[in-house]
Amino acid sequence: MRRLIFIVPLVVFAGFVGATGWYIMEIQRDSQRAPNIIGAGEQNKPVPEFELPPLLDDLPGIATGDFGGEVIMVNVFASWCIPCRAEHPLITRIGEEGIVPVWGINYKNKREEAIAWLDELGNSYERIGFDLSGRVGIEWGVYGVPETFLIDKSGRIRFKHVGPLTSSDLKETIFPMIDCLNKRPQAETCLSGS
Amino acid sequence: MIAELGHFALVLALMVALVQGVVPMVGAARGDIRLMDMAPPAATVQLALVAAAFGALTYSYVVSDFSVLNVAQNSHSLKPMLYKISGVWGNHEGSLVLWVLILALYGGLVALFGGNLPPTLKARVLAVQAIVAFGFLAFLLLTSNPFERIFPPPMDGNDLNPLLQDPGLAFHPPMLYAGYVGLSTAFSFAVAALIEGKVDAAWARWVRPWTLAAWIFLTAGIALGSWWAYYELGWGGFWFWDPVENASFMPWLVATALLHSAIVVEKRDTLKSWTILLAIVGFSLSLIGTFLVRSGVLTSVHAFASDPERGIFILLLLVIAIGGSLLLFAWRAPSMQAGGLFRPVSREGGLILNNLLMSMAAAVVLIGTLFPLMVDALNLPKISVGAPWFNIVFVPLMMPAIVVAGIGPLLAWKRGDLKTAMARLKYAAIGTVLITAAALWLAWGYSMGSFLGIAVAAWLGTATLTELAGRIGLGRMPVGNSLRRAGGLPRSAWGMTVTHLGLAVTVAGITGASLWRTESIQVMEIGDSVEVGGYEFVFDKVENLRGPNYFIERATFTVRRDGEVYTVMEPEKRRYMVQQRETTEAAIFTTPMKDLYAVLGDRAGGDTWVTRIYHSPLVPWMWIGSLLMILGGTLSLSDRRLRVGAPSRRRPAKPAAAQPAGAE
Repeated sequence: MRRLIFIVPLVVFAGFVGATGWYIMEIQRDSQRAPNIIGAGEQNKPVPEFELPPLLDDLPGIATGDFGGEVIMVNVFASWCIPCRAEHPLITRIGEEGIVPVWGINYKNKREEAIAWLDELGNSYERIGFDLSGRVGIEWGVYGVPETFLIDKSGRIRFKHVGPLTSSDLKETIFPMIDCLNKRPQAETCLSGS
Repeated sequence: MIAELGHFALVLALMVALVQGVVPMVGAARGDIRLMDMAPPAATVQLALVAAAFGALTYSYVVSDFSVLNVAQNSHSLKPMLYKISGVWGNHEGSLVLWVLILALYGGLVALFGGNLPPTLKARVLAVQAIVAFGFLAFLLLTSNPFERIFPPPMDGNDLNPLLQDPGLAFHPPMLYAGYVGLSTAFSFAVAALIEGKVDAAWARWVRPWTLAAWIFLTAGIALGSWWAYYELGWGGFWFWDPVENASFMPWLVATALLHSAIVVEKRDTLKSWTILLAIVGFSLSLIGTFLVRSGVLTSVHAFASDPERGIFILLLLVIAIGGSLLLFAWRAPSMQAGGLFRPVSREGGLILNNLLMSMAAAVVLIGTLFPLMVDALNLPKISVGAPWFNIVFVPLMMPAIVVAGIGPLLAWKRGDLKTAMARLKYAAIGTVLITAAALWLAWGYSMGSFLGIAVAAWLGTATLTELAGRIGLGRMPVGNSLRRAGGLPRSAWGMTVTHLGLAVTVAGITGASLWRTESIQVMEIGDSVEVGGYEFVFDKVENLRGPNYFIERATFTVRRDGEVYTVMEPEKRRYMVQQRETTEAAIFTTPMKDLYAVLGDRAGGDTWVTRIYHSPLVPWMWIGSLLMILGGTLSLSDRRLRVGAPSRRRPAKPAAAQPAGAE
């Protein structure tokens, strides 16, 4: 019995190796998805049922019914999240250049802090939903900010990126994906890697 | 040519590591002293070879040799010299070379100062050290060659990320690596002890200075990183629970626990297998941190370019190093005899409580860091783990640890008496109440949590001073005698006192800096003024200037208090020409009790800018407290008893009271 206790650290470590090893294999199998694996739960599903009040007085909030008709990029951000700051100039440029409409979900953030953050860094979101409790974030499967989703014309989530976007992500994955979602009627054929 | 020599030196170092890893180990098993004696010269040669490789890479950076791919990707001819050099370790490949260099340096130091170690232990320690070095050298050469050439060479380099072009950050990675890698020595000692099957007070005394050195560097590295984040990132925060920060914090927590449990092994000859486990886990967490940051498993702002292939390789290294040592632990540790018994309320008990809380805190940080991964692997419902989560879980674990740190040193070994200890702490209790009352009076209206933080810090501070007063007999004898006794205290006692005081000051600083901060973010026109924390900030002007490889927008604020000019602050924004990235250079005005902090944001059109102004009480305390902890650690390291080189002969001179029978 006493001997068993000494094996515990080894077992815990084996669990760690198993999980991370599996994860890396997954990344390698599809480097397009790396390291931002789409959770099996939400990919290709319609956007969840939700309604978020607006963050700002002059921009609308977001609800399920607003999706559909055009391809939308949804970016989850918070002022306390450092990587958000890193990717924000890219997000802003996508909005400003009209590549795709960008909607924001402001996640677990105090209203005044979020507003100040946008004042400082710029704001090209067309809509911003204010998700103070993070409930809607959970519906969307958010587990680390920033996260970025692409929603197709039928209102289904087609792509999810966890972590800050980089310009190479945009060039290699996001832009081709947007292009494809815009052109092809069957969005199913646009899955990452295509 | 120089780059090829560097590459060649690395290959040779790999060979030497192989020899150093195998031959002394065989020698120790066979009791062949000639084979064991291979270890020290091999360690020295390895150090020289890795140092040559590091020198070659540094040279390529200094002369801006852009035919070396690594230099072309990370340097620029216009960069100031300091950042050309710090650029060497500002990227994946170069930082690994630094990592291996420090590893070789520790090996060399063990070879140099290990004269008094039993020959088998020394041979095995150096062999284990070499095996770790072999793994990393192979990783470096096979997946991350820093000396790769590029043809045709580009006209100029890509430049280093401007955020990293900062004096604080130039020294932060070497410090941190010295800490991470320093734990490798404790690890090697632990593995060697498991192979030997012998852990005793002498072993604990040998392992402690290395752990302490690593701990000092880790403390300095973490403090520097936090300080850098504070003044460079420009939003007044100092700790973000970012995976990379966590990667340095977990080994620190475990090293702290290890330092304390090694005391128990040394003085009381018990807690052996636990201490061994801590030594293994401390370095394992350093390795896991390295793995998480470089494999792309977790994304983070300071992550190096990640690459799954490297990830698999590092994971393999982890399996061999950590899995192997834990296997050895599972096999050999159960046969270790526990030594002296003790009551729950005793010095040992206090140290164990410290250990439990530190380990739990490290586990919590690890779980939080890995959470996104676990969620993904197990397909759990998605829950977010961010800074708020860490604060909720981590702070309640640290509070009791700090309270116990005040009481523990007053408890006797073996069987302590809580009543006597508490009676001696009555002045500390009074002091805590007074300080907390003063804080309540000065900062009324802030959250109750902040006063709890101050109370805990005040408790640790006053209790530590009480313990010191008791030791030197303050109040029980003439002041002159007390001073003489203070002078006669061993440096390790002073080390403990100063470090615990430093911790108290740091905790107070963190509390003030996080919970008493006022911030004001607004759009200002030239001539506007805003009041923050009782100071009036007048926005005078914005000028355009030029730096060596960037453009500058510099704002001038005149700060007034009660109408009088208090100071002038000049925050800057820099745009780097090559990378076209902006950095903010906050203006910080420091006084002993607070920082004023001004940031120039983006232009909002015409003569208006976004500005951010913070009034952050007690921020300087965090840095002073960290310095005290570093000083305390250094004092303890310089204690004669622990001095690397001549510990054991001095032992009999020590007062018998502190020495358990049969510890020699």
